[in-house]
Amino acid sequence: MACGGCVGVCPFTALELENGNKLDLDGESCTGCGICERFCPVGAIKVV
Amino acid sequence: MGYDVVVIGAGPGGSNAARTAAEEGLDVLLIEKRQEIGAPKRCGEGLSVGGIKNLGLTPDPRWAINEIRGASVYAPNGKRISVRYPETIGYVLERKIFDKHLAMNAARAGAKVLARTVATGLIMENGFVKGVRYSRFGEEIETEAKIVVAADGVESKVARWAGINTTNKLMDIDAGFQYEMVVDLEEPDMLELYFGAKIAPRGYVWIFPKGEDVANVGIGIGGKEQGVAKKYLDAFIESRPDLKRGSILEVNAGGIPVGDPVDKLATNGLMIVGDAAHQVNAIHGGGIHEASVAGMIAGKVAAEAIQEGDVSEARLMEYEHLWREKRGKILHKIVKLRQAIEKLSDDDLNMLAEKLTGQDLVDFANGKNFMKLAKIMMRRPRLVSIAKGLL
Repeated sequence: MACGGCVGVCPFTALELENGNKLDLDGESCTGCGICERFCPVGAIKVV
Repeated sequence: MGYDVVVIGAGPGGSNAARTAAEEGLDVLLIEKRQEIGAPKRCGEGLSVGGIKNLGLTPDPRWAINEIRGASVYAPNGKRISVRYPETIGYVLERKIFDKHLAMNAARAGAKVLARTVATGLIMENGFVKGVRYSRFGEEIETEAKIVVAADGVESKVARWAGINTTNKLMDIDAGFQYEMVVDLEEPDMLELYFGAKIAPRGYVWIFPKGEDVANVGIGIGGKEQGVAKKYLDAFIESRPDLKRGSILEVNAGGIPVGDPVDKLATNGLMIVGDAAHQVNAIHGGGIHEASVAGMIAGKVAAEAIQEGDVSEARLMEYEHLWREKRGKILHKIVKLRQAIEKLSDDDLNMLAEKLTGQDLVDFANGKNFMKLAKIMMRRPRLVSIAKGLL
């Protein structure tokens, strides 16, 4: 859905909406905290 | 070549900031990362008649597509509280046209508007924002700006680049999910809102009619809740034969900031507007009016600051002060109401539904008459401390 909510909750600025429609993860900044997964309205994110 | 003001994000906040700054005679660039301003929407599309007036607009049937005369609110036990007015009190909009209309107004006032143009960074010098880096169809461009307005929405990065933390705490952001549907509507001029922990934990389901047989059917649920918003909305629709028969024209999702605004709304050479600044009514989740009012204030302050040759944080904080006077104080009260309501059980909500009128609910959503709510809550010992939080 690329709604952007996960970008807004990420405390580490690790997520970005590329061209407004594709989610881009910066693996180095991501700590795997899972806040994006808990937020996602459609269950599209899985932190493994 | 540089601009006086670069506005990042062409939602209602950004377009109104750009229009106001351009009307004040500034050289303005308004960029929008999406290929189409206003789409996809992340919004139930409701706006009150007063809100439209505050934006300096007259309702136009091209974007104000359905007149609303009232609302029905359903308690967890199904008890309905309705309020219906003789006159039109609001509209459901077509955001794709409305947002474009606002951007057109900015362009007509003299701003340069560029869609499909993505901000990629800020130019910083001695602790001041001095310009913007952006990308258009693969081309990397740099432009100087005396002031940058960050109106880049819930996924805001621009303010973070300037050192202001705009991250939403999970408690302070609702997960929103919505279908635009063709459905049978009994009262196309009434909004419907459904409450209850099983329907929408720490939130509500809405049906906002866009016409005789078209409606936005959506849900906002508090962050940190188990289960995804889509699952709850699908269950609601499944439970309603009239909706279950309906067709889905569009699927929308988004985050709704429902906490207090970010710590500061300005820094040297930068102001933050709209969802990026968490300027939202925390009770109903509406942000069009809040972002627009903030954008207009920011545009005006930008003009004055540039004329005086002082774009320091101290000067631009006038935007925050003016906004707090005009909207911030009331929105803060509404955040407190939201936090109180979140602590209520379904049983508490059912009890309130017996004692409140539709007009009461309208007042509460506008930050008024909390005393009435507090007095009723005080009668239940368990709710006394929650009620005190409202006063």
